[in-house]
Amino acid sequence: MERKIRILVAKPGLDGHDRGAKVVAQALRDAGMEVIYTGLHQTVDQIIQTALQEDVDVIGLSIMSGAHLPICEKLMKKIKEKGFEDTAVVVGGVIPTRDIPLLQKMGIEGIFPGGTPFDKSIKWIKENIKPR
Amino acid sequence: MGVAKYIKNEKDEVQDVILQSGIHIKPVYTRKDLEKVGFDPEKDLAHPGEYPFTRGIHPQGYRSREWTTRQYTGFGTPEETNERFKLMISHGQTGLNVAFDLPTQMGLDSDDPLAEGEVGRVGMAVDSLRDFEVAFREIPLDRIGVGLTINAVASIMLAMFQATAEKFGFKKDRVSATPQNDILKEMIGRGAWVFPVKPAVRLIGDTIEYSMKELPRTNPVSICGYHIRESGCSPPQEIAYAFQIANTYIEEVLRRGHSIDDFVRGFTFNLNVFGNLWEQVAKFRAARKLWAKNLKERYGAKDNRSFLLRGIFGGGGYGMTKAQPENNIIRGAYYALAAALGGAQTTALCSFDEAYTIPTPRAALLSLRTFQILMEEIGLRDTVDPLAGSYFIETLTKQMEEKIVEEMKRVDEMGGMIKAVETGYVQREVARQAYEFEKGVQKGELIKVGVNKYTEGEKMEVELHDYRVGSAEEQIRRTQEVRRERDNRKVTQLLKDLEAAARAEKNVMPYLLECCKAYATVGEMTKVFKEAYGEFKEPSIF
Repeated sequence: MERKIRILVAKPGLDGHDRGAKVVAQALRDAGMEVIYTGLHQTVDQIIQTALQEDVDVIGLSIMSGAHLPICEKLMKKIKEKGFEDTAVVVGGVIPTRDIPLLQKMGIEGIFPGGTPFDKSIKWIKENIKPR
Repeated sequence: MGVAKYIKNEKDEVQDVILQSGIHIKPVYTRKDLEKVGFDPEKDLAHPGEYPFTRGIHPQGYRSREWTTRQYTGFGTPEETNERFKLMISHGQTGLNVAFDLPTQMGLDSDDPLAEGEVGRVGMAVDSLRDFEVAFREIPLDRIGVGLTINAVASIMLAMFQATAEKFGFKKDRVSATPQNDILKEMIGRGAWVFPVKPAVRLIGDTIEYSMKELPRTNPVSICGYHIRESGCSPPQEIAYAFQIANTYIEEVLRRGHSIDDFVRGFTFNLNVFGNLWEQVAKFRAARKLWAKNLKERYGAKDNRSFLLRGIFGGGGYGMTKAQPENNIIRGAYYALAAALGGAQTTALCSFDEAYTIPTPRAALLSLRTFQILMEEIGLRDTVDPLAGSYFIETLTKQMEEKIVEEMKRVDEMGGMIKAVETGYVQREVARQAYEFEKGVQKGELIKVGVNKYTEGEKMEVELHDYRVGSAEEQIRRTQEVRRERDNRKVTQLLKDLEAAARAEKNVMPYLLECCKAYATVGEMTKVFKEAYGEFKEPSIF
């Protein structure tokens, strides 16, 4: 049997607005993925540790605070340092259009600003992520 | 549940309307409907300013007193925020509502490693009294009431506010602060919690007890159904959860031997305005009545002032959309109308660009103008509770009341709000409904103009508020300067005293006031509490 896609839904930083993260977590689960939710106020290190422990295929960040650029930069750097670049990173939340190319440059391909329909993000993950 | 539903036939005629509350709306209402719900004008309505206050808390409504306008404001450094405060006041705003950045809300100083990247981003950074001295410079604090949108460390910020006011020469019995100070809703919806439930509730008890004696014009708590609704619950749940949270805080103060009539008039509420107009108006009317009843029947309050549901009805954030953002200007106007028809004492609106980032001055002023047009141009000041007596509105108000009572009962059966939050019951309920709501919007069951219907048209670019790189460094520099210049021996001693008071479960407010006056930082005081109380652990809800 093919393994399900395992995804870590993570809330990095101090922002506590988790409606989006919880809603997406439920949608991903209904789409047949295994979802692990970190809870709030996670540091980048904590997220990476959970991702490693849970052996996930994807880390999904939910950020509403405007701090997406510094947070993503830090996370991508640590992922490289730890050498597990085969774990994909996607990001959702309040992401202004002008920041999308900057996030892409960091190596984040799946970017789903608030209001993205479930179908679209689920399709992207299923097409781009191969469960290990 | 989920979204409001419009059931249509093949000719596109509306066959049934089911509100988010689950109440069905009929095509026509008559006197018979009032009879069916047992409407009694004497008992259910009375006069405005009279028990049970369904029609409003003032006999003359907005004639005697316009609503207070209080846009949520704050970003970057205290200097930048002070400038924006003054701009809003110069344009006729009558109160302030301070937005703090996330590190401040979480009790972290700007130079804490965990604050990196977040200083001054979603609000202003406050580390020490020095920052408040800058933020409130030249603000007439005896005339302008100040909302402080902070919860986990509200006790610290209230002490900081008092210290600032006194420093500027305002008497403590002349200034009015409204710290949000509602930690249970943070645990349900907004996520800026630090300490475990029980000590966190005790801190709120401290602020209420202290304000009662020391800060008589201050409203020590603003209980927020608002954020719970933003997180996904229905309108009657918004009120039911808010009231049960309020009851928890009431019981914390009663436990200390105070009488209900001595403190409950300082309670205020923060309620949401988006969604179906009629449902919102009925919600506010039913809420006023039930709050009065709650105080009278559950707690035996006698003083008329104890019965009044006062509050800010505003915001509407979840109703706003990222798509076609200018539509939010129009949405905001209707939401403000709901607040006015619902008898709000205070109001604020999310600005049209807030789905993108914090508002530009242009967007914030448009929100303020929306209120001014309603009150001064359109006639919302003319007469109190103008929808009273409508077959429809009175029926709906009675039905809404029933729904709220049902939800309150559910929480009572669970053993109260502390249990309901500690076990994650409310969080689960809210998350599930948020998912249902989102599915409803994505399936097009609930029309959102510009999102799932009428999506054609030019793409509009929004002018964005720019986060000023460098403001974090300025803030850190100032805080480090404060730490160098203050009397550090005194600060260390005062922090020790604070810790002893916290561990002995004494009221910590007088100790916090002394710490603030000596320029102890928010991070230092929070650390003391963390050591004494520990930290909250989120219940797993999946």
